[in-house]
Parts: sequence; C-alpha cells; structure tokens
Amino acid sequence: MIEIKQLHKYFGKLHVLQGIDLNVNKGEVLSIIGSSGSGKSTLLYCINGLEPIQQGQIMVDGIPVHDAKTDINKLRQKLGMVFQQWNSFPHLTALENVALAPKIVRKMSRDEAKTIAEKQLRHVGLGDKLDVYPSALSGGQQQRLAIARALAMEPAYMLFDEATSALDPELVGEVLDTMRLLAEEGMTMICVTHEMSFARDVSDRVAYFHQGHMEEVGPPAQIFGDPQSPHTRKFLASVR
Amino acid sequence: MSEPISFFSGFQVNDLVFLGEAAGRTLLISAVSITIGTIFGIFFGWSLQASKWLAQTTIGTILDIFRSVPLIIQLILFYNFFPIIGWNTGPFAAGAVVLSIYTAALVANVVRGGIEAVGIPMRRAARSLGMSYWQDLRYVVWPIGLRAVFPSWVGVALSVIKDSALVSVLGYMELLRASQILITRTQEPFIILACAGAFYFALSYPLSKYSQKLEESWTS
Ligand SMILES: Nc1ncnc2c1ncn2[C@@H]1O[C@H](COP(=O)(O)OP(=O)(O)O)[C@@H](O)[C@H]1O
Ligand SMILES: [Mg+2]
Repeated sequence: MIEIKQLHKYFGKLHVLQGIDLNVNKGEVLSIIGSSGSGKSTLLYCINGLEPIQQGQIMVDGIPVHDAKTDINKLRQKLGMVFQQWNSFPHLTALENVALAPKIVRKMSRDEAKTIAEKQLRHVGLGDKLDVYPSALSGGQQQRLAIARALAMEPAYMLFDEATSALDPELVGEVLDTMRLLAEEGMTMICVTHEMSFARDVSDRVAYFHQGHMEEVGPPAQIFGDPQSPHTRKFLASVR
Repeated sequence: MSEPISFFSGFQVNDLVFLGEAAGRTLLISAVSITIGTIFGIFFGWSLQASKWLAQTTIGTILDIFRSVPLIIQLILFYNFFPIIGWNTGPFAAGAVVLSIYTAALVANVVRGGIEAVGIPMRRAARSLGMSYWQDLRYVVWPIGLRAVFPSWVGVALSVIKDSALVSVLGYMELLRASQILITRTQEPFIILACAGAFYFALSYPLSKYSQKLEESWTS
C-alpha cells in the first residue's frame, strides 16, 4: 500500500505539491489527470524518492520513502517506473537492457537474469526482438521495452508518467494495451495520463490534479460523469 | 664525413636510429602523460559535474588556467619552479608532470561533456530500477558517455602527442629536439623534418586507426 500524508513539495519558492493526501491499495489502478504543470510527475518522482520532499510523509508498504535510514535503492525495487521518454540504454540490446538491473541490483546470475528478461520481453510482446538494439525499435517498442525493464525487477507497484505522450499517435495503442494487460493481471498502478478513455475504462479510481492540489478523486464514473469541482468540469470539457 | 654514404647531406643511417630513439621518448612521455592525465581528468570531470559550485570554483578555475596558458610557458615556469620547492627534477619528469596536468585539464572538459550527454532523465531511469549512484555511473553513464565523447578524447590524445614536442625546450631529447640537433649538424632540414614528421605520423596513426575500429564496433 502507498500512503501519502500531507505531502508538500517545493522547487525553490515554487510550491508544487500543496498538501496531498492519498492512499493507493494493493491491486488498485489509479489514474491521475490534470493540466500540465499541476504537479503530477513531481508526485510520482516523490513516491520513489527521486525528489526530496519538504513536509509530510510517503510510506510504501509501511516504509517511509524519505527517511534517511531507508535503503532507497532497495525500496525502489518495489516501485517500477516508466517515463514519458523511454530512456532505453542505447549501448545494450533489448535483452541486455532488461537483464542489467536484475543482474547488478538483484545480484542474479547471468542465466537467471537472462531468463527473467526473456520472460518480461515476451510479456510485453517483444519476444522476437531480444537481440535488437533500441535504435532499431520504434518508440512504442522502446516504451514497451521500458515497461519490461521495470517489470524485470518484479516490482509491487508500477508508476507510469505519461507513458504515451511522446509517442506518435499510431503507436499509442500498443503501449496502452500493455498497460491494460498489467492492470488485468492485478498490478498496482499509478498512471499519470492524458488518455481519458484509458483512465475511464481501466482505472479503479481517477484523481484530478489542479495547481498542486488533488482537487477531486473517485471512481471514473463519478469523475467523468458527475465531477464535483468546477475545475474538474472545466478541465474535462477542454480535453473532450 | 669522409665515409662514402654520407655524401652531401651527412645524414646517416645512424641518424635515423637516433631519430627513432627520440621518437620512442616522444611516445614514452606522451603515453605517460595521456594515461595519468586521463585518470585525473576523469576524476576532475566527474567532480565538476557532480558538485556544481564547489568543484566549479576550485578545480574548475585551476583547470581553466591550465587550459588557457600556452603549454610552453607552463613548461618553462614549472621547470624553474620545481627546484624552488626542493624538487630537483630532470626534463622528463618535469615535462611529464606539466603535460599530465595539461591533459587532465582538457580531459576533464571532455568527461564533463560525456556525463552531461547522458542526461538526467536517463540517469533517473537507471536509479528508478534500484541502481545505486555508483552503479548508475559504472553501467549507464560510463558506457553511454564514453561513446559520446570518445572521438574528442582521441583528439586530445593526438594533440598531446604533438604538443609533447614542446618539452624539447627543457632539453628532453624527444623527436623535435633530436631533429634540431641533426639539422644543425647536417644542414639538411628538409629530409630530417620529413623523417620527424613521418615518425609523428607513425605514432598517431595506430591510435586514430584503432579508435576508428572501436567506434565502428559500437555503432553496429
Ligand atoms: N526540477 C524542477 N525544478 C524546478 N521546477 C520544476 C522542476 N520540475 C518541475 N518543476 C515545476 O513544477 C511544476 C509541476 O511540474 P510537473 O510535476 O512536471 O507537472 P505535470 O507533470 O503535472 O505537468 C511545474 O510548474 C514545473 O515547472
Ligand atoms: Mg508531467
């Protein structure tokens, strides 16, 4: 379970997250929507400790992320993250991309790492691209490679930061399908997304972020069908 | 001078051996300086990149000085300065120290560029997989950055081989100094400088050829 309590985050004077309270349960899929600059990415970075926080607390399975005593590298193994830019390691083949972290972080043997990498590449539909370098893959394939790379750490949670925003429109579908597959398999997911149909169809809950606040959170039917906040209504009208 | 093979020029086979030995010394001082300079340069470049303002104001300023003052001035200054601090050193050691610092200053910049070429998002992706800071450096930043700036590093190494000629002002018997001595004796500057040039080429060519091969293997 991910528990966020009274989270405040500043970039210098900029108050980017202004008191976020949010729990994400095991097996739940939460989509976060909201206009650009509202602090959605920053929240994900805070959850896996890539950004420090100034106030409040984030707990992952009861472990405080920003506590100095926490082994953050160990905790991050529970938290897979997929970014807007896929960040494939260009000097490694698809298989090596996925096998690297299991090998050096989880200390797996070469064979074990290879086995899990193959399994996850097949999982995301790249079973025929094992020995291909990222430069020979499309954006959609590279993003699925990034998903496989995160999954190879066998995380308990997956954080997606606009995983489809940098893709050509015709490649969005294959990545969303992969995310949908993970959701069906029961993965706990937090998805920052601009894909409203994904948020509506796949999520258990949808959170709307507005200027550093979580303006509204609830089941998709409520957020999309009967939004309570005027900000949410305005935003939804603008993306439709 | 009375031997038959030394007609006109006075340039003898022996002199070619003499030049060859001098080329060996050019190679030695270059290899030592490039190696030491690269090791320090990697460390300096990393510190410049890792701790923005602290290293920037200390190491950064010092390296800027070494990059901008002409090498020949550095060599003469340090050669005369070392004995003052009680280090009586020959031309090789003095030259190697100065060339190493000079190389380190150039390499530091290259390394910083290499780290920056990898970019924050890539490094965050690596860290998000649970890699430690050092694992990220070793397995992600190093191989990607190296490929990005390897040609610049080769450029630095090649220029250090050429710039090592300046150590001749300290009396170190490397290629240029050996050539000057032969020219004075034989009065045949053309043939001797051509030979010296050929030696410099012979020293540099394997490096540029090998690096080309290496780069090709990376892009495949
Ligand atoms: N590293 C940073 N330094 C300074 N300001 C930042 C940084 N990252 C994000 N911001 C600012 O924080 C705000 C929230 O950014 P972000 O979380 O990326 O928003 P979103 O993902 O919702 O578009 C924006 O105003 C952005 O400019
Ligand atoms: Mg964002």
